[in-house]
This record gives sequence, structure tokens and C-alpha cells, in this order.
Amino acid sequence: MNRAGRQRNILDFTLSSLLRRKGRNAALVLVYAFVVFLLSSVVFLGLSLKEEAQSVLADAPEIVVQRLAAGRHDMIPESYLAKVREIPGVRTAKARLWGYYYEPLTGANYTVMADENFPYGRKSVVLGNGVERHLPPMVGRTLPMRAYDGSYRFMQIRETLSSDSELVSSDLILMTVEDFRDLFRIPEGVGTDLVLSVANPREVSTVARKITEILPDTRPITRAEVLRTYDAIFDWRGGMIVACMSGALMAFIILAWDKATGLSAEERKEIGILKGLGWETSDVILMKFWEGVAVSLFSFLLGILLAYVHVYFGSTSLFEPALKGWSVLYPDFRLKPVITPYMVSVLFFLTVVPYTIATIVPSWRAATTDPDTVMRA
Amino acid sequence: MAMIVLSGIRKVFNAGKPNEFCALEGITATIEPNRTTVLKGPSGSGKTTLLSILGCMARPTSGRIFLGEREITSLPERFLTEIRRKTFGFIFQQFHLIQRLSALENVMIPAYPLGEPKEKIRDRAMELLSLFDVGRKASSKVEWLSGGEAQRVAIARALINDPATLIADEPTAHLDSGLSREFLEIARHLEERGKTVIIASHDPLVFDADRVAKVIPMRDGRIVSEGAS
Repeated sequence: MNRAGRQRNILDFTLSSLLRRKGRNAALVLVYAFVVFLLSSVVFLGLSLKEEAQSVLADAPEIVVQRLAAGRHDMIPESYLAKVREIPGVRTAKARLWGYYYEPLTGANYTVMADENFPYGRKSVVLGNGVERHLPPMVGRTLPMRAYDGSYRFMQIRETLSSDSELVSSDLILMTVEDFRDLFRIPEGVGTDLVLSVANPREVSTVARKITEILPDTRPITRAEVLRTYDAIFDWRGGMIVACMSGALMAFIILAWDKATGLSAEERKEIGILKGLGWETSDVILMKFWEGVAVSLFSFLLGILLAYVHVYFGSTSLFEPALKGWSVLYPDFRLKPVITPYMVSVLFFLTVVPYTIATIVPSWRAATTDPDTVMRA
Repeated sequence: MAMIVLSGIRKVFNAGKPNEFCALEGITATIEPNRTTVLKGPSGSGKTTLLSILGCMARPTSGRIFLGEREITSLPERFLTEIRRKTFGFIFQQFHLIQRLSALENVMIPAYPLGEPKEKIRDRAMELLSLFDVGRKASSKVEWLSGGEAQRVAIARALINDPATLIADEPTAHLDSGLSREFLEIARHLEERGKTVIIASHDPLVFDADRVAKVIPMRDGRIVSEGAS
């Protein structure tokens, strides 16, 4: 017997069999591809966001020091800088000024940050992409900002930040240190937090520990901790979406279960005929195997392709609100495609393998019956 | 082609259960090669069960079957399938053509597991369809065929692997007299080409036909008497 020829002939027959049941198989592929699409979209998006956050945080300071008062974040005296700089291993340390600003016209919260090297001088701002997108047209190139006392400061919009880092800079407003203190009544000599760079990455945890010893009312936050938090948040949100999709997943499992537990009377009869015509049990199982592979592989590839287009070209319009932060200003940016063989294999083994097995099991049962049943049908 | 010998065949369904049923009892018979043999008997006489056992589709509960010198009674399923594929071609009572496939594809099905190139199988199938005068219907879906055409497609399918023996279960049950005679003409033609033909039928047109070499009358799972026509 020519084994390759047998495989080819049975595969040919399987494909023409599938085409005979176009409607049924198209519905199956549609449901299947939709489930793969949902799962892959979540996985693609989660991975890309993590990757994005990591690349953005790569330039972030190794340690941020916040002051706590009664367990809450408080302004930190700039005098702490001198103590921190004395810790061996600390390369640079400086104070930052940043906060949130509620814009009643757009109903959005912006992140406002003072820049020591702000190039445009006072009464000027540089905006993140998201802020500029949300400004009502009547405002033009001037941004009125409500100060702590209810009066307004009219700031000239000088520049918009590039969209490369939009995930973290979308809602950002940059200004001079003086304007920042004036807007929020922040006294001289204090900052929002301190940022430190450490020469040797392996000394970061030691430096952090020393900070808590020298300045007991502060809390050092390392970059690694921020990254872990990002990872946890994206994973948690991804999990939330998967939970929301559980309806679709359940429908798919029921469909697969239905396949696993029974064949239609027509399929059963056909298996009987094939056995009666001299097909072995293994021939029938091979046919059903190819059938499962054809349906599931096609659906898998279709689902992955749709998810790729959805995430990387369609800005993940379906899950964007759930996965990209809590701000009113959702970032609008193209994610860099991140597809790892591991991730594709996991999706493959979660979808194609169970379905193929689910297709083979009932056929095996039907194919092991005596071929003479066809004589009595 | 070898002679088929049945010796003391007994077949019991649902053995040991309350609905136990003995379909065949003490069947001893010889099927001569290159001849037409008819199993004759009313419905429920055990003809179909005996055809299944003859064609290696089912195993007897007891008794022995010889294909030529070789005993095939208790061969494993794989070997029985192999014998069935190469030695027997089946024409089922309802024809059992696979719906929504063309006549040509239906004829090709039994040859697929042998692994021959598809073009060769297709050529042979076309040749057979033409031989039985249904070549022009090759691409038609089988549900569009008339009863006679469907039967000729079923015969072509039974012959695609060039088996030595053709087994037909009630082949004229769904045909009018004209088409029944046509079937017998085809059977005669096949016999002339060296095939053994075994038919189960309760149609006098079949068991009274001139070309039938042997009639095995059956009733209640037993051979009533054996004689040549």
C-alpha cells in the first residue's frame, strides 16, 4: 500500500466531504474563529502593552522616593535630596513636581508636570497628543487653566508631544516650575517626589533599603516594582476580559462537546458505508482527523489574522476601554506587533488540539462497529 | 478465483441477553468460483446475515469459513478488511451511495485507502461508468440519478478494486421488471468476465434466471435444501 498516496487520497476526500456541508462547516468555522479572535486579541494586546510599558519605563528613574504623611502621599522637602545623595551608589537625585488637573470643559483629568529645562518660558505649555485632541476648537492655541484660587492662567500651547510614547504621555501637560507652583500653590522648597538614578542596577534594592533607614517617613519605589505592577494590572485586566468572554467560550466548549459526544445520523451512516466498502477503522479515523485539522487550523489562522488586524491596525476598538488605563483620554496609538512562538503555541494547543481530539473520539466509536451494520441500514 | 466453503456456520446476535437471537444455524455450503449463486428466501430467513459473513463483514459465532485453502474465520479486523477490499465488491440493498457527491466520486471511494494515484482511480472509475452506460452521468450528484442509474453506479463502485466476487443484497428490490432484467444481464456479463456473483433475493426473476448456477434456499436461518437450477 502506498502510504503517502493513501494520506493524499483520504485528505482529498475529506476536503470534498467538508465542501458538501458548506453551511454547517461555515457556521462552525465562524464560531471557532470568533473565539480564537477574542482570545488572541486579549493576548496580543496584553503582550504589546507590557512591551510598550517596558520600553517606555526603560528610561524611567531607578528609584522614586515619595514622602508619606499619615500613610498618604505628601509633598517632599527638597532638603531630603542632600541626604539621599550621600548614599553610596546614588548617581543623581532630583525633585519632581507633578500632579493632576481637572479640565471641566472636557471633563478630563490631565497629568501636569513641571520641567526644569522647559524651553518655552512662563505661560507656555507643551501638550500630550490626547490633551490636544480633546481641546474644544474654540480654545485655539491658548489653554485657560483654573488655578487653586479659582482665577485663570492663560497658557500658550507651544508644542505637541510625538505619539511614539503616547501610552504614558497622552494626558500630559508640561510647563515651567514657576507656573506649576503658581497654579497649584506649591511652596518653594518642596516637590512631589524625588527621582534617583543608581549606577549599578544590582545596588538598587540596597539603596532603597538605606533610604527607608535614613528617611523613615519616605517610601522608595523601584522601577522593577513599577514594571511588576504594570504586568499585574495588564494581566488582571486581560483576565477580566476573558471572564467577560466566558459566554462565548462556554458556547464554544458546548459546541466542541456536542461534537465529541455524538455524530449526526448521516455521518454515522456514511462511516458505516465506508467500512462496508473496505475502509479500515484507521482510514475512517484518518479522515476525521484531517477533517478536524482542516476546520480547526483554518479557523485558528483566520482568528489569529483577524486578531492581528484588530489589535495592530484597528486600535483594538473592542477592548480598548478595558485595557488602556482609566483616564478619559484614551491613548490613540499603533502598538508594535509582539508575537512570540510560545504564545501562538499556547493558543494552538488550547484550541486546535482539543477540537481535533473531539472530532476523532466519536468517529473512532462509530468506526469500530461491525461494517455489516450498513447491510441492515 | 478461489472457492468459498462454509462449514457449520452459526450466528447469534445479543448472545446472553434476554433479546438473544439466532440468525443462522448449521449453514454448510459451497460457493463455486466464476458462477452465479443465489441465496433465496423470505424476509428474515438469514440471507443478509449470511452475505455479511461470506463477505468478511461479520464473523460467525461458530463454524468455519474457507477462502480457497485459507481459513479466514478468526482473522483480525485488519486482515479481514484487506480480504474484503481485494476479494469482494458489495452492492447494498439501498445502494448506499454517499449523498451530495458525484457518481464518479462515489465509484472512486473504495480505492482511496489503497493509495493509488487519484488519476488512475478516476480513469478506472470512468471506464466502469462507461461500461455500465452511465458515463455521461459521472459528474451528476447521486441524488439526481434514477433508480436504475443509481444501481449501475453502485455496481461500478463494487468493481472499482477489481474484486473476484460481487455480492449483491436484494439488488432488484427497488427496480421494475425491466431494470431487474437489465441487472441480471450485467451479472451475466460479469460472470463471463470471470467474476463470482453471489446474490441474496426473494425475487423469482432473479432465482429463476437461466444463468444462475446454484440456488441456496433458506428459511429461519437454515438451508432448507440445496439444488442447482
